Order: sequence, then structure tokens, then C-alpha cells
Amino acid sequence: MSVVAKNLIWGVKRRTIVSDVSLMVAPGETVGLIGPNGSGKSSLLRLLAGLKRPMSGQVEINGQDIAQVPRKALSRQVAFVQQSVATDTNVTVADVVRLGRTPHRSALAGWSEGDEAAVAHALDRVDMASRRKQAWQTLSGGERQRVHIARALAQTPQVMFLDEPTNHLDIHHQIEILRMVRDLDLTSVVALHDLNLAAMFCNRIVVLEAGAVRACGTPEEVLTQKTLREVFRVTAQIVGMPGADHPHIRFSPE
Amino acid sequence: MAYDTSEGGAARLVLFLCLSLIVLIFAVAAATAIGDYNIPLRTVFLSVTNEVGLTSAGIAPIEQSVVWNLRLSRALVAALAGAGLAICGAILQALLRNTLAEPFVLGVSAGASTGAVCVIVLGIGAGGLSLSLGAFGGAFAAFALVALLSNGATSGPNHTILAGVAASQLFNALTSYIVTTSGNAQQARDVMFWLLGSFGGVRWPDFQLLLGVVIACLAICIWMARSLDAFTFGDEDAAALGVPVARIRLVLFAVTALLTATIVSMVGAIGFVGLVVPHAARYLVGPLHMRLLPASAMIGAVFMVIADITSRLIATQQTVPIGVVTALVGVPFFAIILYRARPQT
Repeated sequence: MSVVAKNLIWGVKRRTIVSDVSLMVAPGETVGLIGPNGSGKSSLLRLLAGLKRPMSGQVEINGQDIAQVPRKALSRQVAFVQQSVATDTNVTVADVVRLGRTPHRSALAGWSEGDEAAVAHALDRVDMASRRKQAWQTLSGGERQRVHIARALAQTPQVMFLDEPTNHLDIHHQIEILRMVRDLDLTSVVALHDLNLAAMFCNRIVVLEAGAVRACGTPEEVLTQKTLREVFRVTAQIVGMPGADHPHIRFSPE
Repeated sequence: MAYDTSEGGAARLVLFLCLSLIVLIFAVAAATAIGDYNIPLRTVFLSVTNEVGLTSAGIAPIEQSVVWNLRLSRALVAALAGAGLAICGAILQALLRNTLAEPFVLGVSAGASTGAVCVIVLGIGAGGLSLSLGAFGGAFAAFALVALLSNGATSGPNHTILAGVAASQLFNALTSYIVTTSGNAQQARDVMFWLLGSFGGVRWPDFQLLLGVVIACLAICIWMARSLDAFTFGDEDAAALGVPVARIRLVLFAVTALLTATIVSMVGAIGFVGLVVPHAARYLVGPLHMRLLPASAMIGAVFMVIADITSRLIATQQTVPIGVVTALVGVPFFAIILYRARPQT
């Protein structure tokens, strides 16, 4: 499914946080959202996922204005993975992933085989199947992150928005999660801090600066010395790597 | 300890509900038999079957009247009040994501007491307006204030709790002001006693009203149980799972306000049941609301009936306010929750 944003504007009080953002994500594409702290990545993701209402502009998913789609119907197609979540409730890993079936179940419907299959499959994808009975509270930060991604997968969405999903993860799981997201047969938009990971796994990258799109294109097009210096205020060299089809960024201490 | 709540969970819930129903029946029977004047269980049983029309055993009319008109209605209202407060507690703990939330965090009891004081001390609406209606009105005024302060139902849980605290302070201040400036000693004592709760004056019409309200509210809450589960990780997370957050919050806050206001206006502000019981229920049947809500209702009912028996037993010739008993049990439990809620390393 495609995701199209048209002239999105959003802010709090008099401060504009997302200013006039338009972008298009093709079906099946993995798009990285990068930008310095406070550039509006999280807010833009929430606007795209329909969790915030834009002050003006609109988001279309598969050609449909999401403001016109009921919350529950939207959640059957769109999943959102928050940056970090917490709870005091004593729930198990399986309980949490089962929550992903919420938009598919009516108020009093029982637990179906389809639901169970979706949960088992999702747990499998993030390599947590053997931990399903473990208490969520006892998981490490990275494991919690993977469980939340499993929950999003259990929604069987066609579009997935992830807000810095690699936070808290060790390098193995960072790569694992992003490879999984890329290989999944769905459209995804991922906010990322690690520019090299973005270059490695995203088909296209959107650079946000002060709430506006600064650049948009393939990693080679976007990750230039100039952009890195002006947007991220770092000096870096872009090196091509033998045998790899993506650029690699080498930061300089100066 | 955590539950994997799908496998065998439904069977365990049914077993639990059956067992607790049996315990409840025994508790109600005991509450009907025990009092200043003890009545044998056999007489209790026959009095009830006589009234229902199943038997026509020869029971002294005074005993039959005590059983049916005084004690049975009282015990059943106690059970319903306990169930209702426990449901409210479970709902609010989920919506506000706060383990220490209870039915009175929304300022409902403070508002009810102000309403009651207006009737008792100021004599507002004397004749036409009863104490219960005054309390009910006050409770809803407080709820409306909290809803207004917390900006409809759109703001976060902490905002709502703060608004509740503010409303409670305001209405408690109003109550104290009215009592100290206008009340006499006897009125102050009446207010105090009413605030701590008593099942003394309840009769069958109270039971019928409360039964209707509790069943309706429980049905609405069960209908929304799935959505409540989705609040585990917060409002935004619930929205991402397809829950219409603002609507659910508003409906459930209104349900808890209605339920609490009805109970408070009937039997006073009985604390701690709504706080303690959902925790016990969660421990027994797990955190999913489809199970938690009915289990809380049953435990709350049993707890309140037993508390009522205790309140009549601990001091002879005199009834200790029910709120005193529930607090005496509730406070140690509260301490345990606080102790266990410490941040874990």
C-alpha cells in the first residue's frame, strides 16, 4: 500500500513542529526518516499513522484519506511501533503480542485459530517464540522492543511506522530488526538515528530539518557531505564500499 | 508471578466465579443470621423461601421480618456496593494507568459529601430533596468539574488524577466550611457517620435500584474490556491498536462516576474496597479485563458482606462505620502494594 502525505502542518500552540511536509512512499518501499533531535521525526510519523490530526494537509494510505477511516479499520492496515513503552501491569510476552489482534476482534469474540497463528508467526519473526510465557517486566530493553515489533506484526498490517526501533538494541539485533523490516512484504517508514543503518536498509531516505523536508532520495543522493554538515553539523566522509550497494559514512572528530 | 492468560484461563475463571458465588451465598446467609439478635440459619432459609412463596413454614413474624426486610436487603446491597466499587477501581486503574487509583480519585466522594452536607446542615431542598439525591448531585458536580479541569477526556492520566485531587480538596474544604460555620455538634456527627458509610438504612428499593445500575455498568464495562486491555501501554498505544481512546475514556469515566455516585448516595463513602479488590483479583485471574472485571465484582461483593458482618461484631450494641472496617483491612494491603510497586532493578 502506498502512503502519500500532502502539505502536512502540525504544531503545538504557536510553535510549528511539522511544516508543510509532502512525501510519497511506494508500496513495499522501506523509507528512512532521519534528522537531528527535535526535527519533527516522531511527530511526522504520528501524523502519517493517524495518531495525531494535522492542522492542515492530509495523509492518504492506499489512496484513502485516513481522516475518513475509522480508528479500528485503520489499525487493521497500519501498525505503529513506539520508541519505548512501559507498563506496571504484570503481563506476559504472549499477552502483549495478543494485544496486536485487538483491531481484528469484536468486543466479545473468542480467540480464533487465525489470531493464534498470527501471534505465533509474529513471535517467531522476532525470535521470541521461546519466551512467550515470560513476564514482560523481566525482559531487557531490547527484548521489549522486539516484543513490541512482534505485536505490530500480529496486527498483520500492510503499512508499518517505526519510531527508532533500534534504540536499546545491540548491533546484532539492530541489523536483524531492520533487515526483517526491509524484507517484510509491507510498506514501512522508519525513523532512525544511525545514518549508516539508514543507508544500509532503506530504499529511500527523507531528511527532516526543523520540521521540513530537506532532502529526499536514495541513500547515495541524500547522504552527502554537504547535507551532513548543514543538517547534522558534522564533518564526514562518504566512502563507497567494495561489494556494497550503499554508501558508508565515516565521521571525523573535527 | 505472571499468567499466560489464554490457556485454560476461561475454565479457571468459570471455576473461580462458581466458587466465589458459593462463598458469597454463605456470606450473605451469615450476614442475615448474625446480629444483635442471632437467628438460626434454618430459620433464615425458611424465612426467605416463605417470602418467595416456596414454603409456608411457621416462623415467628418478627424473625421473618428481620430476615427479609432488614438483614437480607442490607446484605445484598452490601454485596452490590462492594461489587460496584471494585469494578470502578479496576476500570480506573486501567484507564489512569495507576495502581493506586480508586473510585474516589475523581473527587466523587468529596462532591457527594458536600451535597449531603448541604442537605443535612443547610436544609437545602428540605422535604423534596433527600440526602441521597443531594449526595448524588454533589458527586456529579464533582465529576463534571474534574472532566472540565482535565480538558474533556483528551488529556493524559496524570492530568486527570491532578484534576481529581483539586476537586477533592475543593469539595472537602466546602464541606468543612459548611459544617464549621452552620452545623451543630449533632449534625457534625451525623455527617461524619454518613461519610464513613453505613448499610443501616437500606431497604429493598435501594437494592433494586443498585442492582439495575451495577448490572448495566458491568455490561458496558465488559463490552469495553478488550479496549481496556489495550490501555496497558498508554493512551497512544491504545490508539495505535484501533481503540477510540477519547470515546472509551469518556464513557468509562461516566460509568464509574454514575456507579460511585449511586453507591455513595446510598451507603456513604466506603474507601479502600475499590483500591484493594482489583489487585487481589489480578493476582487470582490475571490482568485481562474480560476476566478481571467479573472476578473483581465477586471478590468485592464477598469482601463487603464480610466487612459488614465484622462491623456489627467488633463493637457490641453499636455499629462501627463500615468505612472503618474496610480501611483497617485496606491500609495494610495498601502498604503491601506500595512496597511491591518499588522500582525494580
